[in-house]
Amino acid sequence: MEKIKSLEEFNNLRLLLKEEVFKDDVPRVRMCMGTACAASGAGKVAADIERELASEHKHAEIVKTGCQGFCQQGPVMKVEPWGYYYQKVKNTDAHEIVSATISGGFPVRKLLYRDSVADEPCEMVETVPYYKKQVRIALKNNGVIDPRQIYHYIAVDGYAALAKALSSMTPDAVLQEVDNANLRGRGGAGFPAGTKWKHSKKSGSSLKFVIANGDEGDPGAFMDRSIMEGDPHGLLEGMLLCAYAIGATYGFVYVRHEYPLAVVNLKHAIKQAEEMGFLGKNIMGTDFSCHIDVREGAGAFVCGESTSLVASIEGDRGFPRPRPPRLSEKGGGAWGYPSNLNNIETYACVPHIIEHGAAWFKSIGTENSPGTKVFALTGKVKNTGLVEVPMGITLREIIYDIGGGILDGKKFKAVQTGGPSGGCLPEEFLDLKVDFDSLTKVGSMMGSGGMVVMDEDTCVVDVAKFFLSFTKEESCGKCPPCRIGTYQMLEILEKITAGKGEPGDLDRLEKICHLVGKGSLCGLGQSAPNPILSTLKYFRQEYEEHVHDKFCRARVCAGLGSYTIDHTECFLCGLCKQACAFHAVKESRRAYFIDQDECTQCKACFTACPIGAVKIGKGNKKAKERMGLGR
Amino acid sequence: MNIDAIDVNESIGLVHQVLGDHDKRKGILISTLHKIQAENGYLPEDILRALSKKLLIPLAEIYRVASFYKQFHFSPRGKKIVRVCTGTACHVRGAAKVEDALKERYQIKAGQTTPDLKLTLETVGCVGCCGLAPVVTINEDVMGTIGPKKIKHLIHVIEEEGVAHGEN
Ligand SMILES: Cc1cc2nc3c(=O)[nH]c(=O)nc-3n(C[C@H](O)[C@H](O)[C@H](O)COP(=O)(O)O)c2cc1C
Ligand code: SF4
Ligand code: SF4
Ligand code: FES
Ligand code: FES
Repeated sequence: MEKIKSLEEFNNLRLLLKEEVFKDDVPRVRMCMGTACAASGAGKVAADIERELASEHKHAEIVKTGCQGFCQQGPVMKVEPWGYYYQKVKNTDAHEIVSATISGGFPVRKLLYRDSVADEPCEMVETVPYYKKQVRIALKNNGVIDPRQIYHYIAVDGYAALAKALSSMTPDAVLQEVDNANLRGRGGAGFPAGTKWKHSKKSGSSLKFVIANGDEGDPGAFMDRSIMEGDPHGLLEGMLLCAYAIGATYGFVYVRHEYPLAVVNLKHAIKQAEEMGFLGKNIMGTDFSCHIDVREGAGAFVCGESTSLVASIEGDRGFPRPRPPRLSEKGGGAWGYPSNLNNIETYACVPHIIEHGAAWFKSIGTENSPGTKVFALTGKVKNTGLVEVPMGITLREIIYDIGGGILDGKKFKAVQTGGPSGGCLPEEFLDLKVDFDSLTKVGSMMGSGGMVVMDEDTCVVDVAKFFLSFTKEESCGKCPPCRIGTYQMLEILEKITAGKGEPGDLDRLEKICHLVGKGSLCGLGQSAPNPILSTLKYFRQEYEEHVHDKFCRARVCAGLGSYTIDHTECFLCGLCKQACAFHAVKESRRAYFIDQDECTQCKACFTACPIGAVKIGKGNKKAKERMGLGR
Repeated sequence: MNIDAIDVNESIGLVHQVLGDHDKRKGILISTLHKIQAENGYLPEDILRALSKKLLIPLAEIYRVASFYKQFHFSPRGKKIVRVCTGTACHVRGAAKVEDALKERYQIKAGQTTPDLKLTLETVGCVGCCGLAPVVTINEDVMGTIGPKKIKHLIHVIEEEGVAHGEN
């Protein structure tokens, strides 16, 4: 690889690569090698296709891409120039892919996506419902290029925005463009990137840092990982544009330690970019210089918080500290130098804004939240994976049109957005247009973009408990409201879900929520009560059923309800009796029944019964008596 | 690993040009701990003592930092590290059942190692394969969609070989 010494050289190379890479007349398999597809056998599929091609004396290019988003159906691939989209590919399909598609141009019908067996298959990516409503900006190159080949990136207009900035824009103009685009931070709060960049620029220090937050702690979001793994140069270019705009000379990408492939791909990309002169001293022959390095975390959610992230980079414990000084001010950033921290997805949007202009970016999305957002759609929805959609799309469109609706035809109950800092929204908000402000207004949050769909079999109290056990574990312990408060909130939730809730518990819970939210030092504690507050607001009745009726309508929480066997359904298999460790299932001559005095509501019989003849009903007299109620 | 051979400037990268000596030495602490752990499986005390001398950071300070992070371990761990993902997607799709089955099989809690040092059981929050929930990783391998029926197979895989990719 030759170092590029001038902008002119870059433009020549770019024109050349646009012709040479991804030629139209070569059949091409864009094979997903993302973590999930690799786990489902993508490596083997690729190897077998290569072998098959060789033995059939056919030529086709295999591009090993990053995550294409539809991980659940993996391994997935696109075959060009026909544009066929194959999913759930097995290595045994290699022969057919080569003989039918690459030699004959016909699709392999069994590999095409269909909504259900009765539906017509979708041949092209564009017709697959999962992709139809998506608009790709941050994930544009994911699934298109091989992240380990810098030439691929340049061929799809990579580093063109940087070249444009260096050749025809002043740093102020770059900053102004990002500010005009009203790009808002994708890492949580939606703070305008332009405003932050201005702060950093104004800090009056000659040494500044750019930092990308790839800690991605939300347990259920993986868009930042996808970008770091699948389009590392896109992230680097975004960071370089920021560095140019604010005058920074060093940068770091802080990556979560659980993402080894992201670290490898980023380091590889940095090395290539340095060799080619996109990174380092005198970038593309200009007098702009910037060095970027990777820093790994070590397993602490709180290190995603800006001040603790900086402490961790410095080699200290990741304790948050009070602000001001903010990171963008003197004394606030890494080693006290002003530092501009943005999320991975935020940086990944920047090259596209510089390339196509602020007006273009603002034409997508809503007025106050332009652009797109990547969501990690999971839970009880048919299609799960990463989806990038324009802001302002409704929850219903995401869950039903893209997600394909609720699994197994069950009923929708709630959707949780924003991970441990977000909240649960009920059905009435399905038509809410999603953006930063609309979600906050109804008590949830965009957060990093986790979106978990819940059906009638999910218990919202249990979900709140899940998030609280996460925040309790992750509280760094520096400030008491968070350290003790998360513990106490979890304790009450555990009591309620175990059927030991008392009147007054909900009020106590609410009170602690408000105290923790107000009294905590950092965002972790401040937002920890959100999952509880939002579920209390929209699903209070379910909490009350747990406390007063000793009943969990989703039948998730053990220790509640009264257990009976429906004799009209029971076919006398006896599995419930075997399952019960308390000998509460009694056998008479023609029936099984449950002795209410001995039953501990452990749920074992309910789980064991193959036909669902064990019923859990409201009201548990014994439990109530234990609590001194209802006598 | 040879602690004495550590080159602080090289480890921290070009940012060494603008940092003071102490900041540089401290700045490579976490990445060095990762390397030590990658080699030994945990952080042995004698190596940390050597590191303390090399970086001129008190041993207590090294422990103070290392103990903050969940990824660092101070005692030997199992040959196979089995991590049950308990992230949101996996939780909603039944990770608890998988965890319980493994706890029952090996009679250890999450975070513990079997006495014969064969296996360490851990939980992890999202490994980024939510599409395959519930997910378990065995060392570096990922195994997904572990429903009730697949638990037996999972235990078989843990005890026999690695994951043959493509069986998800
Ligand atoms: C406890 C906690 C964890 C956070 N984790 C992350 C994270 O994993 N990734 C991220 O980008 N931002 C995270 N944030 C938000 C960051 O502090 C910061 O606001 C963000 O990275 C700024 O980038 P943005 O303006 O581009 O969103 C977290 C905040 C808190 C309080
Ligand atoms: S709010 Fe929680 S995580 Fe944040 S500083 Fe306080 S104790 Fe630590
Ligand atoms: S709920 Fe548990 S204790 Fe009660 S009958 Fe069923 S198995 Fe027995
Ligand atoms: S890893 Fe292949 S689609 Fe996500
Ligand atoms: S929640 Fe388990 S892989 Fe994401």
